[in-house]
Amino acid sequence: MAYVAVKGGERAITNAHRWLAEDRRGDPTIPEIEVNQIREQLSLSIDRVMSEGSCYDRDLAALAVKQARGDLPEAIFLTRAYRTTLPRFGASLPLETGQMAVRRRISAAFKDIPGGQVLGPTFDYTHRLLDFTLAANGETPLEGALEAEEPQAYPMATIASVFAHEDLLEPDTQTGAAAEPFDLTREPMAFPAGRDQRLQALARGDEGFLLSLAYSSQRGWGSTHPLCAEIRLGEVAVEFVPDELGFAIEIGELTLTECQMISTGAGGIETAPQFTRGYGLTFGHCERKAMSMAIVDRALRDAAQGEASAPVQDEEFVLYHSDNVEASGFVQHLKLPHYVDFQADLQLIRRLRREHADRQAAMKEAAE
Amino acid sequence: MTVSHPAGPSPERRAWLSVLAKAAPKDVFAAWEAIAELPGYGTLRAPEIGMVLVRGRMGGSGDAFNLGEMTVTRAAVRLDTGETGVGYVSGRNRRHAEIAAAVDAMMQSPALRPLVEGAVVARLARAQQSRRDAAARKAAATKVDFFTMVRTRGPA
Repeated sequence: MAYVAVKGGERAITNAHRWLAEDRRGDPTIPEIEVNQIREQLSLSIDRVMSEGSCYDRDLAALAVKQARGDLPEAIFLTRAYRTTLPRFGASLPLETGQMAVRRRISAAFKDIPGGQVLGPTFDYTHRLLDFTLAANGETPLEGALEAEEPQAYPMATIASVFAHEDLLEPDTQTGAAAEPFDLTREPMAFPAGRDQRLQALARGDEGFLLSLAYSSQRGWGSTHPLCAEIRLGEVAVEFVPDELGFAIEIGELTLTECQMISTGAGGIETAPQFTRGYGLTFGHCERKAMSMAIVDRALRDAAQGEASAPVQDEEFVLYHSDNVEASGFVQHLKLPHYVDFQADLQLIRRLRREHADRQAAMKEAAE
Repeated sequence: MTVSHPAGPSPERRAWLSVLAKAAPKDVFAAWEAIAELPGYGTLRAPEIGMVLVRGRMGGSGDAFNLGEMTVTRAAVRLDTGETGVGYVSGRNRRHAEIAAAVDAMMQSPALRPLVEGAVVARLARAQQSRRDAAARKAAATKVDFFTMVRTRGPA
């Protein structure tokens, strides 16, 4: 028995939504927050909503955050719903993240990575002490970022290119012959999943879920012993071939976070030992998510090689439960009226109790 | 819809279309409104908001996978003098797409090109270059050298 539609309650629903709008506004003596303030000052909320909402549009994400009162999964749901209303012009050419205009690029594995360790705008190495000057009335004095004499040169060498001549890192393959990559927005989940399907699902997946899975892997449930070979944040151009032009043009620039995790691989009979890799890529600056995605991607590759034993290596478990719009929809539908289910359950429990009582009585009689 | 483009995929045209697409709408409006004489044009395709499915590469340089969508607005115009232009710009700003298409058409007209080449395309390109340069200088200012401590055994 599932959820059964009910009628009625219109007035109560309307009034509840009016109260919701009032609560969203909060104390009316405090100035209303503007969408562009959210976009500029809560930018990491925007990045998460764009990533998991699977739609890059900073203004749209800011509106969703405002409407959702800062509830990010709700804002992600709003974004997903909106994107279904737009036509799709086509697919871009694959992004060339190696060409990124890098603002941050670090390698925790390789100290001497060419181009150096560029920290960029990061929470890393902050003391995580609350800064009460931000709560002071009026404008917080801003010290602008320092600019070096020499700008950072890019494109920066990738970790893969650095060790390519020694064949130490498993290489990426461009078969080129591959048909259209799997598209979860047009096809249902299928198993065994290809890596294209998996990466798309993980890119849309819930950050919290992927973080916990990655953590479980680090703690030993399907460990991949990952090292963070590279994290990069910056801007990448998107190229698209409009039908009416017939050649590729750049249609914009996206901020992306990319993570390469490496694990030692024992190799096989045919293959020499090599570092294997996991890959994470997100819209915006979503570093925790990109790292988690890379660890989970790597762990799921074990499944493809039949080594699965832990939850993080079980692709059906991971991919069926990573989407927070689906997950919260199914969990939260439980708060909608289930009166018929409950009626059925009540009847069942009452009958079972009657039968139980009858059995007890019969046993008592027999004993006497 | 097919629009004929005798100019074809010239690197130059790709470059100005890129500049127009990457510019912030307010910068595009400011540059456009500063032009003294705007040519007459009609829309071949009224500005339309949609999405492009953005693809990444597995592992960074492997085969493609679908990362997510981005909003894109497109438009096409024909100048009264006959040149056609297209605009494909990220985001949902219809006016941005229409101006991009008009500038694309003007850039293909030897007579009209001088009106927009410096005042719009070069101006927007400079703004983008200076933003990018500032970001690259800020990035360079955060470059660190991590030292790994070398353990040495002391004498005896």
